[in-house]
Order: sequence, then C-alpha cells, then structure tokens
Amino acid sequence: MTSIDTHHAAGTAAAPPAVAVWITSADHKQVGRLYAGTGLVGLLVGLVLAVLVAFERIDAEGYQLLDTDSATQVLAAARLLLTFGAVAPLLLGLAVAIVPLQLGARSLALPRLAAGGFWMWLTGLGLAVASIIANGGPGGGSSEMVDLYLLGTIVMSSGLLMTATSVATSVLTTRAPGMGLLRAPLFAWSALVGSVTLLLALPVFVGTSIYLWVDHKYARAAFGGNVGVSDWAGWALSQPFTYLLAIPALGMVLDIVPVMGRTSLAQRTGAYVALGIVSIATLATVTQTMVTLPWDGDSFLDNAGDKIADLLPWGLLTVIPLLGVLGVLGTSALTLKNGKPRVAAPLVFAMHGLLTIVLGVAAHILGSIDDTGVRGSIFEAGTYVAITFGSVTVAFGALCYWGPKLWGRRIPDKAALPLALLALLATALGSIPYMIAGFADQPAGALDGFAYEGPQELWNTLTTAGFALMLLTSLGFIALAAKSFTSGEAAGDDPWDGQTLEWATSSPPPADNFSDLAVVGSATPLLDLKSASNGKDA
Amino acid sequence: MLALPPAPTAPARRQVFVGTALAITAATTLLGGMLATWLQFRADAPLRESPRRGLIRDWMPEKIVVPEVATNMMLIGLCVVCIMAQWAVYSAKRADRTHAGLAFGLTALFGLMVVNAQVFTWTQMGVAANDGAFHTMFYAVTGTMTLLLVVGIVFTAVAAFRFLGGRTKELEVVSASALYWYFLTAAFTAVWFVVYVQK
Repeated sequence: MTSIDTHHAAGTAAAPPAVAVWITSADHKQVGRLYAGTGLVGLLVGLVLAVLVAFERIDAEGYQLLDTDSATQVLAAARLLLTFGAVAPLLLGLAVAIVPLQLGARSLALPRLAAGGFWMWLTGLGLAVASIIANGGPGGGSSEMVDLYLLGTIVMSSGLLMTATSVATSVLTTRAPGMGLLRAPLFAWSALVGSVTLLLALPVFVGTSIYLWVDHKYARAAFGGNVGVSDWAGWALSQPFTYLLAIPALGMVLDIVPVMGRTSLAQRTGAYVALGIVSIATLATVTQTMVTLPWDGDSFLDNAGDKIADLLPWGLLTVIPLLGVLGVLGTSALTLKNGKPRVAAPLVFAMHGLLTIVLGVAAHILGSIDDTGVRGSIFEAGTYVAITFGSVTVAFGALCYWGPKLWGRRIPDKAALPLALLALLATALGSIPYMIAGFADQPAGALDGFAYEGPQELWNTLTTAGFALMLLTSLGFIALAAKSFTSGEAAGDDPWDGQTLEWATSSPPPADNFSDLAVVGSATPLLDLKSASNGKDA
Repeated sequence: MLALPPAPTAPARRQVFVGTALAITAATTLLGGMLATWLQFRADAPLRESPRRGLIRDWMPEKIVVPEVATNMMLIGLCVVCIMAQWAVYSAKRADRTHAGLAFGLTALFGLMVVNAQVFTWTQMGVAANDGAFHTMFYAVTGTMTLLLVVGIVFTAVAAFRFLGGRTKELEVVSASALYWYFLTAAFTAVWFVVYVQK
C-alpha cells in the first residue's frame, strides 16, 4: 500500500496573528476561534447579568440593585447573551474550526460566507445588547431602541444562518474520499443535523422579528408593541429551541467519549439515529412551542375517553427528544463500560454537560404535564439553566479536547478537572432550586412582588450561588485557556490518541489543513491505522 | 508517523449549488412562517358587515384595491425569468458567451421589472404602514419578498461577471443562480396567492 505523510513540518505552536489577519481571514480555524472567543466573552457578561437577576429574586419585597424599569431588560439581556451570545457561538464556532479537519478537507465550504456570518452575528448581537443598555429590548421604554433591538436580532440570526449554511455544506460536500455520511465523525454529523435544523427553525424567528420590527416601528397594531416582543419572539430564548442549539454538544460528547475510553464507540449506528431523532423531534417541537399533556392527576382534561388523541402528540413532540438524548447517554455509558476510561478534563466536562442536558430535557417533559401546574412558573428557568449550562460545560470539554488543533497547546488537565466538578455543582445549584420553586408557584418573569409558602429565600439564594459558581468556573476556565493560548505546554499532533482525521495533521494545522487528501475506509480511520500498525509490530 | 493512503484528486462536489439549496431551504421557512402568521391573523380577525360583500373578516380595508395587472405581471415576469435563467445555464454549458450574456442580461432585467412592479403596487395601493395590522404585515411580507428578489438580481450579476469575465468552466454558480430564481418564482406564487388573491 502506498502511504503518504499527512503531517506538516509546522511549528508546534501557533504564531500570534496580526489583528488585520484575524479580522479579514476566511480560514475556518480563525473564524472558529473568533466565534469561540467571543462566545466566552458573551458567556461571562450573560452570567454576570444572570447572577444579578437571581440575586434580585432573593428578597421578593423590593429591588436591591435594579429597578422596575430595568429588571425586564436585564432579564432579556441575560437570556439573549446566554443563548445567542454564548451557547450558539461556542458550539457553532467549534463546528467551524473542527469539522473540516474531521472531514479531511482542506477548508470549510463557502468560507467567506462563514466569516461574513461571524461579523454579521457579532454586529447584530452588539446592536441588540446596546439597544437593551439604552432602554430598548423586550418591554423597553425607548421606542427607537426597541426597533434597534429587533433589527439587531434579525441581523444576528442572519449571521448564524450564514455560518450554519457553510457548516452544513461542508459536511455534505467536502468529506474525504471514502467517507460516506455514516462514516463521518459524530461531531460532524451532529453539526450537519444541527445546522440543517437551525436553517429550518431560525428563519421563522427572523420572519417573526421582521413582523415585530415593522409593526413596532410604524403602527403597534398587530403584535402588542414593546410588550409583545417577548410574547411573539420569546420562544427562541426558551425550550425546546435551546435543544436545537445543544445538538452539536451531543456530537462532541460522542466523539470525546470513545477516545477517552480508549475504545471504539459502542452502537455507532444507534448514535447517528439518536442524534437524528433529537434533531427531527426538536424541529417538530419548535414549531409547536410546547405540547402539553392535559392530565389532572386522575383523568384527561379533554378528549375524554380518547387518550390516544392526547398522548400521541405529547409523546411525539415532547417526549421523543428525551429518547434521543438518552440514546446518546446510553451509547456513551456503554462505550465507557467497554473501554478503559482515563479521567481527563474533556471526559469529565462532557459527561457532566450531557447529564445536565438530560436533566433539562426530562424536566421540560415534566413541566408539560398540566397536573404539575408549573407552566408560567420559574420551573421553565430551571430547565433553561440545565440545558444552557450543560451545553456550555460540554463546550468547555471540547475546548480542552480540541485545544491542540485550535491553538497548538493543551489546557492543563489537572487545573481543568476541578473546574469540571465545579461546573456540575454550579448547574445543579442553578437549576434544581428553580425547579422546586416552580412547584411552589414562583412566577417566571418576576423579580419581586411574589410570595409563596416554603423557603423561597433559600431556593433563590441557592440559585444565586449556582450562577455565581458558574461565573467563577467560566472565569477560571477562560483564564486557563488564555494562559494555554499564550504560553501553554505545546501539544503533540495526536495527544489524546485520537481516532478521527483531525489528529492526522499537525497541531495547530497549517493553512490548508493537510498535505494530501487521504482515502478513508471506516468511521475511525486513525484507530484502524493504529490497530493495523500494532498488529504488524506484534 | 502513521499515514493514511493518498486519495486521487477529489471530484468537484458543487459547493455553491448545495449551499444555495440550503439557503433556499432557510428562505422557504422564512416566507412560510411569515405567510402562516398572515393567515392566522386573517383567520382571527373579527367579523363585520360589509355593504357590498355581507359578513366578512375585518382584515383588508375595503378602500384598498389591489392593482391586479401589476401583481399578475410580476408572476408572469418571474416565470419568464426562470426561462431566461435556464437559457443562461444552457448557453454557459456550451460556452456560448454571446447567448449567455444576453440571457444573464434579460434575467436581471426581468428581475428589475418585477421589483419595479412591486414598487408600483405599493404606490398604487396606497397602504399607509401606520394604519393597522394588515398594513404593517403587508409591508413586512412584500418587503421581505422584494429583498429576496434583489438578492436574486445581485446573484445573477455575480454569476454573469464571473462567467463573462473568463471563468467559463465554473458553471456551478450559473446553475445555482437559476435554482434561486426557480425558488423565487415558487415563493412569489405563494405570496401572490395569499396576499394579492386571497388577501
């Protein structure tokens, strides 16, 4: 067999590029780094605001730091930043940077579209946040700034759509010879299904925002003015839309687990199906926002005698996403059971993130049963925190795992491991007390003026502590990543003993990724190669 | 260093075409969502007695008249654009620069005609954007459609400049622009039926 060297004689660490290169580059690795970097900044700002909001809820008799006018906007800004300023750019950015390497491609398809999408997203997000600061956003007092907020969300979403188009096109058109779709790495597959789902769902949000913008600017006759912004467009900052953004996180877990478990992924076909199920079911669910189960504890509230009419839509649209996520969890657990797992930061982050995503999806199902009586309560915020923080935690694991390919250096494992444990604690504290408070009827959007039986101060204090812990975890992680980026230990080309093509090139990869294109004969080409080599040696 | 077997030169996989198809998918859900909202608002509008038409939904004010010649011409114009765009693909495949140039020019020209007819429709209907729900939603839907039309004209211009500028082997962008015009025609047919026929 003829063999070629896919390794470039490149330096072991990335030379810091000039600012102009960063701004104008269409290199997918640069664009991915920009997305991930700004996503981390968005995460920090979003968490600061989330801590502020949670703190205000502790004493429900009045405002301590905020006032009545700004409370709604701070709440909106926190959601916007955590959803579209942190989770979306972190996961999409990693897809932009890593997926072409996994596919054995020399570049991302339509790279300028992806780069343009980044700057459009950043501009739109900046406009939206600036408008909120200037008394705009949902419920804002300045009508010009509310208009600007809506315009910002349209621009921001359009940018994400451009990048998602580029990622999906890459997976469909730039795979290495021999790599069919079912031989694509699971992260690449999840990036494909996640991007396509985003392309199908996010334009509906854009269309709604266009309606809201035109109506708010000229007439305020159809959509309820500034108050109607949350009613009509709030679904994009809540479940089940957040599932959709979390799909690439599930793929990341499925790529990290077998490498850390030092074995092949168990039930690979099942994993593809599980990701597909989450994608399709989420898309169907997003169009319905929430299908509830009209069950009052003893009997169905409508369609009496026809349980199928109640159970079927609820089961199909609300329960099925959980089956997909459980499929990912089951595959991961089975793989780890079959292998010899090493306790490393990527694995711990990924599994903690996955568990909290499962918690969030399961809680959403619970919230959709009428008898629980939690609709409109803070319970929804608890499920949102679980899914959002879970996705961010997986992204931290992915940054530890693919750091060598992103900037040529490793994030120190010993320092990152405690942060992974802290992230789990933070997510548990940030979400579960809100879920409990939801059962006690604490309202969703209120920061003061509520009272219920039970230790309401305790639940809100615990949540504040959870958010603060997540902020600390994120700060610690960003500090570690920054240190690794500038002066960390140089990583080898294949520091984790990887199984997919990104580990066949240098760390960081050269501008065109690979010296030569390679033929792929399985879903884990490097694992096969190493097994064959070990066999020969033996 | 372990190494994988080398691959032969990878065949072109039509990235622009696939990317355009995905963008079209997104644009379809954009317009589909907007039209669905339009239909929902129309269905939810209260009933009122009309002197001419009996009990009707209080949606489009009766004083507003749709200039049907202009809107029908827009639909016919877009059908012609599809033929022109496909002519451009046909000519480009045969490296016939003269006919391709003519086809590109006519595609853009008919596209501009449709945009012009849309502006004419806006002025003729005299819908004031600040008058009510129908008014704002009318401008939101037709404005979005017009923006997509302008994108189509720019796309055609880019394809024409690339092809006539000498990249005669790169036919993908030409066929992608034709695909986009097919989508625009289908999308406008839906907008035409919902907004101008069903009202």
